[in-house]
Amino acid sequence: MQLNHFICTCSIALLLLSPATRADNLKLEIEIPRLEVAEYHKPYVAVWLEDESRKARQIALWYDLNMRDNEGQQWLKDLRQWWRRGGRQLQLPYDGVTSATRGPGQHSITIPLNHGELVDLSSGAYRLRIEASREVGGRELIELPLNLPLSENRFPLSARGESELGRIVLTLNATH
Amino acid sequence: MRLTAFTKPAICLALAALTLSQAHAHRAWILPSSTVLSGDAPYVTFDAAISNTLFHPDHVAMGIDGVEILSPLGNPVKPEHAAKGKYRSTFDIQLAEQGTYKIAYAAGGLRAFWEDDDGNRKMWPGRGQTAKDSEFDTAVPKDAKNLRVSRSYRRIETFVTLGAPTDKVFTPTNQGLELIPQTHPNDLYATETARFRLLFNGEPANGAEVEVIPGGMRYRDSQQAIKVKASEQGYISITWPVAGQYFLEAGYQDDKAKAPATQRRGSYSATFEVLPL
Repeated sequence: MQLNHFICTCSIALLLLSPATRADNLKLEIEIPRLEVAEYHKPYVAVWLEDESRKARQIALWYDLNMRDNEGQQWLKDLRQWWRRGGRQLQLPYDGVTSATRGPGQHSITIPLNHGELVDLSSGAYRLRIEASREVGGRELIELPLNLPLSENRFPLSARGESELGRIVLTLNATH
Repeated sequence: MRLTAFTKPAICLALAALTLSQAHAHRAWILPSSTVLSGDAPYVTFDAAISNTLFHPDHVAMGIDGVEILSPLGNPVKPEHAAKGKYRSTFDIQLAEQGTYKIAYAAGGLRAFWEDDDGNRKMWPGRGQTAKDSEFDTAVPKDAKNLRVSRSYRRIETFVTLGAPTDKVFTPTNQGLELIPQTHPNDLYATETARFRLLFNGEPANGAEVEVIPGGMRYRDSQQAIKVKASEQGYISITWPVAGQYFLEAGYQDDKAKAPATQRRGSYSATFEVLPL
């Protein structure tokens, strides 16, 4: 059992990362802009990795998970693309993915490469997609294209939203 | 579904507008307030009306006596808060099950058109009336001039989904013209192409004529209809130009009817919501 697991982890690490890469996680920084509006609600935000056949791996979901009778779930469908790319199939809350909404400012997510949702990915083209939707506000979808295995010299990747999202930065991280 | 609040004349008026002969004069539609939903047992409210200006109720309310609602598991769902106004009927349903619901009105029967000795055009059932097939023999003169007898079907539908879309409600009844989705009707997005299949009495509706019209007609000068024709196997493809609510109307006819009819006719219409990408 132990041995099997060990072999498995090794082969996956090889797939996700090119041999020269030492990083064992990705760090995704998401800026939620401060907006001068009369009525402000923190946005719902979803992050997922999508392959070319549009199969999604869930990475993060920020929503109102503490409302009475799960009332916060009624707005999940407003993350329209996330909803169709797997959101509507999820049983919520989803361990390691769901958390409370966050207000304006810089937020960061660590995406492990050697365990969790992303371990068994094959090589090829992917898109990291970040979608935000705000009550009485708008919706914005940003994507960062990336290729597996990851190659260190392509990082950091960045993009900037225009309305609901600010600067988005994806970096490769080594924890040791 | 029973709606005692509906008066008989009102139902007749609505049914008159629902008859096939007037299919092109009046559009009957059931419009949901939402089609894609999340959360615990949310409500959807519906408007049902007959009006040419989509989706503005400005002609007559649609009688919803014959509207049947099917849950994702195939159970009948009772509409709540049903009411009829001058121009539209409304009702709500609560989505207690996860999946796709079908809201449908279907009718069918024999119809006849002829001319009497004085050259007056006659029809049976008469305008605003319904009739049973068994009354055909006594109601229609068999030797009348220009007698045309058809077996006609009409179907009006819409769909809403809580959570992930499901397919159970798409099982055809094999009665009249039906739409069998290849692309789920609650998974439609602007600029994408949806594929549907049309069946008439369970067989491919080869050559059925289809028109798709976006809502919000009051705010533009033309119909902006997308016209397509079903393939030999009954397939149609529609590319949605922009997000919004759409009305799809399909018509099929052939001469394979059983006596006394010489023609089979089917009409199908549905309301769809297309979301922005």
